[in-house]
Amino acid sequence: MPVYKYPMPLASEITSHSDYLNRRTFLTGIAGATGLAMTPFLGEGSAHAALKAGKSEFSTDAKPTSRQDITTYNNFYEFGTSKSDPAANAGTLTTRPWTIEVDGMVNNPGTLDIDDLLTKFPLEERIYRFRCVEAWSMVIPWVGIPLSALLNKFDVQGSAKYVAFETLVRPEEMPQQRSLFPPLEWPYVEGLRLDEAMHPLTIMAVGLYGDILPNQNGAPARLVVPWKYGFKSIKSVVKMTLTESEPPTSWNKAAAREYGFYSNVNPQVDHPRWSQATERKIGAGLFASRVDTLMLNGYADQVGSLYSGMDLKKFY
Amino acid sequence: MVLASIIKRAPTWLVYLAGFIPAIYYIWAGVTNQLGADPIATLENALGEWALIMLIAGLSVTPLLRIFGVSLVKFRRAIGLVAFAYVVLHFTTYLWLDRQWDWGAIWGDILKRPYITIGTLAFFLLLPLALTSNNRAISKLGAHSWRKLHRLVYPAALFGAVHYALLKKTWQLEPLLYVAAVVALLTWRWVAKSKKRRQAELAVSS
Repeated sequence: MPVYKYPMPLASEITSHSDYLNRRTFLTGIAGATGLAMTPFLGEGSAHAALKAGKSEFSTDAKPTSRQDITTYNNFYEFGTSKSDPAANAGTLTTRPWTIEVDGMVNNPGTLDIDDLLTKFPLEERIYRFRCVEAWSMVIPWVGIPLSALLNKFDVQGSAKYVAFETLVRPEEMPQQRSLFPPLEWPYVEGLRLDEAMHPLTIMAVGLYGDILPNQNGAPARLVVPWKYGFKSIKSVVKMTLTESEPPTSWNKAAAREYGFYSNVNPQVDHPRWSQATERKIGAGLFASRVDTLMLNGYADQVGSLYSGMDLKKFY
Repeated sequence: MVLASIIKRAPTWLVYLAGFIPAIYYIWAGVTNQLGADPIATLENALGEWALIMLIAGLSVTPLLRIFGVSLVKFRRAIGLVAFAYVVLHFTTYLWLDRQWDWGAIWGDILKRPYITIGTLAFFLLLPLALTSNNRAISKLGAHSWRKLHRLVYPAALFGAVHYALLKKTWQLEPLLYVAAVVALLTWRWVAKSKKRRQAELAVSS
């Protein structure tokens, strides 16, 4: 008896690529139009959670900052330098299709597709402290994948010492990339030493509060390195390159004296223009006191050994 | 002229009333928790920015008169005092809400952080001007030395604008526009003054 074969057309045969993109624009439009009405349902602990993520021993017990604050108080200079600019302007960013190119000193160069990241890797919830170099802090429930799991797929060569990261360049969707007076040089680039990149605390985040990453937080995939100042955790990553020499980094290029390659959170090493000894907790209100900043943002037990014997004043 | 008669009839308390609307708004929004994720920074920055706006408004009175013949001179004292009130509110927000009266940390900031050093300096340059913004002080000091004293507003405004430009993570357009506005207003005075001096010299020699 002949076995009936279910027709299995490719998704692209049913929906053309342009329709796929239009549908997304339409949905984004609807989301925008109903945004005000929807807000109450998108708060903390909403039933909206779309990503299945396991718990992690690396999560802090501290109470996460509200979703509202995490998604409206951002530094994402491609969309503007004011904290409210990314939430206002990042709606235009198209995050599908999206791939991350992996090249340089790897034996299997190739790409990672965002939909594979979301479905083919075990996702973990990582509730991390987040400390900005501007001396404010949050607690953020990321959803992500250890970066080592991603890099290992490409067979990193033994002589590779660093990973260079790059953010998307798409001036038509990123207003500051069209600016005559851009705050930084594009593309935004970052870098980690290979042992930092392979450390279990380092993740590629694809979600926030159990849902996919909002655009203003670096959709669809961003680095999170919780013991370093926030600007090291590069957003909307399109490329990772394994290198032998230390890669250039955006803030270091902008002001080398103020922002080093390492940029580890360190209350004893001040920014030349302001103190790093204390931080303001976002969401604590108008009359809250500052709190002391912790060495390596409180992750010294896990990552302190990476820097043993190094003068952290010199390698800031 | 219609404009001139409107200006003539408008009472100076209007400047205080309009000038304090932003302050009242920000303080009210702050206490009712409507200043967003980082209310202290928002309040501190807004009050500082309004101080700069009012200082620039005060510095614009003379060029407006000389270039366009519009006289806002009768409002200038009110504009200056409103500017100083914003400086005081901004500084108080820093001392109280931002630093929680931690004098050790505040003193460290003033000595070590150039943008706080010059911001504090600007405050102390403006303080004697606010204290002498009354008719009694003018007659006591004499118009000539009073005028000389009040030239301190020039460095104070410049320090204020540079203070703003220095506190950003990198050079940004908005604070630099304030610096440019102050520099333009001071340059105009300098050019106008040297032109006047040259004319006086010419008059003497001819």
